[in-house]
Amino acid sequence: MTVLYPKTPPVFTFLFPCFRKSHTIMAEKKRVIALGFEGSANKIGVGVVTLDGSILSNPRHTYITPPGHGFLPRETAQHHLQHVIPLVKSALEEACITPEDVDCLCYTKGPGMGAPLQVSAVVVRILSQLWKKPIVAVNHCVAHIEMGRIVTGADDPVVLYVSGGNTQVIAYSEGRYRIFGETIDIAVGNCLDRFARVLTLSNDPSPGYNIEQLAKKGQKFIDLPYVVKGMDVSFSGILSYIEATAEEKLKSNECTPGDLCYSLQETLFAMLVEITERAMAHCDKKDVLIVGGVGCNERLQEMMRTMCCERGGNLFATDDRYCVDNGAMIAYTGLLAYAHGTTTPLDESTFTQRFRTDEVLAVWRGKESSQVSGHT
Amino acid sequence: MDIKLDGVESSMVLIKQGAEARVFESTFVGRRSIVKERFSKKYRHPTLDSKLTLKRLNAEARCMTKARKLGVSTPALYAVDPLQHSLTFEFVEGPAVKDIFLDFGLNGIVEERLTDIATQIGNAIGKIHDGGLIHGDLTTSNMLVRNGTNQLVLIDFGLSFTSTLPEDKAVDLYVLERALLSMHSSCGNVMDKILAAYRKSSKQWCSTLNKLAQGDIAFLWDCSTQIHHKSEMKEIGAAVGACTIIDTYRFSYLIVN
Repeated sequence: MTVLYPKTPPVFTFLFPCFRKSHTIMAEKKRVIALGFEGSANKIGVGVVTLDGSILSNPRHTYITPPGHGFLPRETAQHHLQHVIPLVKSALEEACITPEDVDCLCYTKGPGMGAPLQVSAVVVRILSQLWKKPIVAVNHCVAHIEMGRIVTGADDPVVLYVSGGNTQVIAYSEGRYRIFGETIDIAVGNCLDRFARVLTLSNDPSPGYNIEQLAKKGQKFIDLPYVVKGMDVSFSGILSYIEATAEEKLKSNECTPGDLCYSLQETLFAMLVEITERAMAHCDKKDVLIVGGVGCNERLQEMMRTMCCERGGNLFATDDRYCVDNGAMIAYTGLLAYAHGTTTPLDESTFTQRFRTDEVLAVWRGKESSQVSGHT
Repeated sequence: MDIKLDGVESSMVLIKQGAEARVFESTFVGRRSIVKERFSKKYRHPTLDSKLTLKRLNAEARCMTKARKLGVSTPALYAVDPLQHSLTFEFVEGPAVKDIFLDFGLNGIVEERLTDIATQIGNAIGKIHDGGLIHGDLTTSNMLVRNGTNQLVLIDFGLSFTSTLPEDKAVDLYVLERALLSMHSSCGNVMDKILAAYRKSSKQWCSTLNKLAQGDIAFLWDCSTQIHHKSEMKEIGAAVGACTIIDTYRFSYLIVN
């Protein structure tokens, strides 16, 4: 395995001038660098990050299935296995570092699909023993939040975490990220993805993106179920309803696929904005941060911004580089924990499909203002 | 007609602005009244917005009336205006239970009065729950004590809904307990007094026992929005198997504290 990671040849510094620069910085003050592995769903990503939040590299590869199909655990894991080693190499190259420069190896412990999660856990265990580096296990949801905070500079927002597997309204309180509202069945991204399959939209770059584009052509609003229960939401009934009626409505020319996408987005996002607003009122916070894959959706951001403005707060959102699962967010969050003395022993470096956001003690918050205040 | 114009048009004094509605003080045909007006949300599609606003306006009016039918004192509903999205109801003269309890905290507890209020709260919740009505926002600021009669009046049915599920009822009680703990811990264990009254007044609290014992465990924590560490509760709840509304609620109590 060591053959895969040769020592940096001298020619490297000519090819990558930043390499020289990184050496001069290190001469002054040793940078703390983490390598992060993310593979909880259909994306495998490896990121290199320093403690001040600078992303040195963040390559990723997405497993894209044919239109009308979702991704299955076994095939996704095979995809991840194929791509992870080349990704590690390109992440190190792009960051102009060698394995020696890495301080800790971070990986997604959960939540996610079992088989894909296994890939990054196994890779990290092997590398940890080869390179003699400590491991830090990271919660995927917390990683999204920390990445969003460092990228946008949002200090203490209410977080809406929306992706293909998760839908949660989260706020920090007393050492943990507490879940104030969440979906009681499927995630919002799952609802969108599965509707994209009904319309056999392309999964490239993502089904959600193609729904968003199609929705821009929609004009007619079709009445769909609207299910908010307190601060929780439910999407499965909406999906069943639209799946059952779409075909007939399209056949009879009652509406276009665009109208359906438009109506679905309007309904789902209104529910999300509503529960976020409830959580804001409950926690008495003014700002909102949207993270997760669905967070790239500009219509969701627009609706949330309108709501925030009415309440005199700000919306913080990022684009697909940081919203969508990536290695850098795992590296950064792992590094925060590492800098506060948390590592995961080899025999505890497991993965789990169920790992709730509020199980993690966010040790790095609290003293953060003095220690980790840098923004990119 | 004169009186109405005089009252409604001229004096609408804003009392409170919430996330979904504004509450005004006004007069209705010469009577002191409260107007609760739901406002539209700009982020929502207009069709969706008017559908939701109207649906919730109707639900609130219905739940308020239903509670009254079930023998719980609520403000008398004067008018529903589907165009203005507003409800007009009686202005109840009297302090909120919250203020009474806070006063107990500051100036010492009047044990007799505390017991009376706690009993009335327990009775009222027992009655609405037996009738399949869930208040949804039981806090001490949503309970008033009418001047003169000392009668407890439940207000704000904006989050109310109908359900006969034990877990919904348990969540209702749980929300109240959290509110009591966070605001009125100096008043001693009010919740025990409330529960004692609830147990006496509600006929159904034990009838759910059989159904739940069969393995239909109430994940009350699942529904509640105010609970921390949901995952732990799920596990423990599943392991133990909650038996009644009160048991279910007690588990959450044990786990949270």
